[in-house]
Amino acid sequence: MMTLVYLMINGLQIGSIYSLVALGYSMVYGIVKLVNFAHGDVIMVGAYTTWYLVSRFSVPAWIAALVSVAVCSVLGMLIEKIAYKPLRKSGRLSLLVTAIGVSLLLQNAMQLLFSANPRMFTNIFTGTMTIGERQFSNATAATIAVSVVIMAGLTLLVKKTKIGKAMRTVSEDNETAQLMGINVNHTISFTFALGSGLAAVGAVFYCCSYSQIQPTMGSMLGLKAFVAAVLGGIGSLPGAMTGGLCIGIAESLTKGYVSSQLTDAVVFGILIVVLLVKPSGIFGRPHNEKV
Amino acid sequence: MTPILDISHLGIKFGGLQALDDFNLQVQNREILGLIGPNGAGKTTVFNLLTNVYQPSKGKIQLTGENIVGKTTHEVTRHGIARTFQNIRLFKSLSVLDNVKIGLHNSMSYSLFSSCLRLPSYWKEEAAAAKFGGELLAVFDMERLADVPAGSLPYGAQRRLEIVRALATNPKVLLLDEPAAGMNPSETAELMRTIHDVRDKFDVAIILIEHDMSLVMGMCERILVLNYGLVIAQGTPDEIRNDPVVIEAYLGQQEEEKEKIE
Amino acid sequence: MTTRPNVPFRYALNAAAAAGLYIVLMILIRAKVLNRYQALMLIPIGFNIILAVSLNLSAGFLGQLPLGHAGFMSVGAYTAALFSMSVSLPTNLELPLALVLGGLMAAVFGVLIGLPALRLKGDYLAILTLGFGEIIRVIILNLKFTGGAYGLKGIGRQTTVTWVYIFVLITLFILNTLIKSRHGRAILSIREDEIAAEASGIPTTYYKVLAFSISAGFAGVAGGLYAHYLSILDPSSFGFMKSAEILVIVVLGGLGSIFGSVVSATVLTILPELLRGFAEYRMVIYSLLLVAVMIFKPSGLCGRYEFSLGDTLDDFFTLLRGKLKKQEPVARKPATPEPAAPEPAKGK
Repeated sequence: MMTLVYLMINGLQIGSIYSLVALGYSMVYGIVKLVNFAHGDVIMVGAYTTWYLVSRFSVPAWIAALVSVAVCSVLGMLIEKIAYKPLRKSGRLSLLVTAIGVSLLLQNAMQLLFSANPRMFTNIFTGTMTIGERQFSNATAATIAVSVVIMAGLTLLVKKTKIGKAMRTVSEDNETAQLMGINVNHTISFTFALGSGLAAVGAVFYCCSYSQIQPTMGSMLGLKAFVAAVLGGIGSLPGAMTGGLCIGIAESLTKGYVSSQLTDAVVFGILIVVLLVKPSGIFGRPHNEKV
Repeated sequence: MTPILDISHLGIKFGGLQALDDFNLQVQNREILGLIGPNGAGKTTVFNLLTNVYQPSKGKIQLTGENIVGKTTHEVTRHGIARTFQNIRLFKSLSVLDNVKIGLHNSMSYSLFSSCLRLPSYWKEEAAAAKFGGELLAVFDMERLADVPAGSLPYGAQRRLEIVRALATNPKVLLLDEPAAGMNPSETAELMRTIHDVRDKFDVAIILIEHDMSLVMGMCERILVLNYGLVIAQGTPDEIRNDPVVIEAYLGQQEEEKEKIE
Repeated sequence: MTTRPNVPFRYALNAAAAAGLYIVLMILIRAKVLNRYQALMLIPIGFNIILAVSLNLSAGFLGQLPLGHAGFMSVGAYTAALFSMSVSLPTNLELPLALVLGGLMAAVFGVLIGLPALRLKGDYLAILTLGFGEIIRVIILNLKFTGGAYGLKGIGRQTTVTWVYIFVLITLFILNTLIKSRHGRAILSIREDEIAAEASGIPTTYYKVLAFSISAGFAGVAGGLYAHYLSILDPSSFGFMKSAEILVIVVLGGLGSIFGSVVSATVLTILPELLRGFAEYRMVIYSLLLVAVMIFKPSGLCGRYEFSLGDTLDDFFTLLRGKLKKQEPVARKPATPEPAAPEPAKGK
């Protein structure tokens, strides 16, 4: 019984990270209808930035984390401006291919800069705490707590602020929003910045619990977070949060009770079942093409 | 005379909205029938139900005595209901002739095997399809355009091509969804002649949805008026023109709009 | 309407060209103009062409973007390898049998995955096939008879330039004839407008699954060639990166252009070898190219252009004849003025 509790706690921890990343996917998808393949690699850039600042310049960890959030936000905005914006009018297929291109570019550029070898990342949150008979790193508590705060903040931002309202309007209908005097370009840039910033936060927490970073780390993490976004209903913020936690728990339970080799298969299995049974996910709205 | 299309008690609900209720209609061969009504009255829904894009919540659709509810769209097409779309849907980057040939898909029968090995059946049926497709296009004065990409045709020609493609499937009933939308009066007049020609040459019944009253009143033998998913009147153009219920449905709506403006 | 070309002549022409190219390649190899290493390069070029052209069928002609092509390739590779390792037939029988078997198995997987996946569209389909591709990889990694993470070793090196050449020709021929048939038009109509295709009587689900599984089948054949070329299989080489690499080839060549895929597969296989010093920059350059092409020429380098030897020769001769006609009057003006006689003369 206690094993289950421990597994659940681990699941919540990794699930919170997935949620943070999934939010980025969901917001971007909601607003430009694009599966931003490069999102996973923005996480990787965030991880490398933090690692570089801490290990080479001995910058205090929390400053490094903030800098990497800023770097990722700018990177997200730049990617949108340079690669996606010229293609906004062309087909979804072209956008998707471009996103894959950006993803490959980030991975390989990072490989050139820092080689493909994994780097060690020291945990920022030192110390442990005991729950029951088992010890958990403080990172676990920090991850869950910070994620809850961020999600609450984000919900308020989207619900209450002017820019939040603009985001919701643009995702509802891009052209009408423009007619209503909303600056669509700013809103899209802001969304990319926000999503990428969240990814950077996720990256820092991810590194604290997995301690290893490498240029390809983003693709699997990103894919799983995407699965989480789909599970919750892509385009829906509470969906991304719930989806992330579900995937985290499912993964942790598979590791604990079945086999750690099969976690990836289970996650993609969930994706397939969701897409076949209810493609709109838990919170999503079904979308039909008008004839 | 038995009707070729017999629709009884057809209805569909979207969520809580009854988009169409208790829709009954018998269509005779070679009849031209109009379906009119204010926006959102459920006209296109009727077409979507007839071609099984939506499954009805209740009711029966019989085409030459056979129930077609529950079949897929392409099966319905093969049984003899073809349609055009309100917002033109052509295979834009394919040639005009290829668009027609796709309509002829089910009139050819050579297998995948013979197409990959180019067996005689391939050559024979492809040649026949090219010839027949060319003849169909000639009926609409479009044979010169056979090799042009469909997307680069002018608007009116695109609408005509959609009709040709529908006719290529050899339908018994042809559904035209707002064929005159976006046309000027002279184009509309030409379209009316075309529709008459189609009925005479191809022996089909035609149901058309249209907002252009000159077209509907000028060529339909019978008219059905829908409002809020219900048939509120049916009859000859003269009967419809003088029906108080219809006048109210149309004029009443105008009055409301006036109030809104004021 | 265009006049119908002389069909038997066209076939003879293309067959002669294919045979001619083969003979030239063989002479180059025998005469050591191409060294052993360069001759071996022809093999990866060949299976990359098959991979690209087959992916183009579903991405460019059907208009559905699958991201799990490497998964189908691995199914074919392992099937073919396991078959040839368990039987001992003459090489010239064993390899084609293994390849056909690998292709069939991959096509079966194509149907199994296509049936559920193709109910979805666009991005969702892409992600779902990506998921399936990853699952295939994880399963191969965890199976005993595939050698798991250690991979499969000791596969006979049976892939020769000749076999690759034959299978590339078969692939190109079948896909070409398929596209230009009623079945091919049905596939194209789905790319153009699925709702209209269905309303025109095309059983869209059938054709989607068909195109998808044919595409998977040829990826399987390419996998078989790959297995018997490297003689060792490692599940990690069939990940998402491999699928993405094939996609790069197809997109650069042009979605919907078989010719484009052939050119692009050839160039992108040779290029990294020419630029050996730049090996580490290869993928960076690839990805930059991919993004740049999407932004500046989204239709790829060849768009939807298809090369036809017959048409090209026809055009060439028409051009030549036109040139000759123009020159004729100059040369023989005093003797026969008729060809140069201007039109209005008749009016008078």
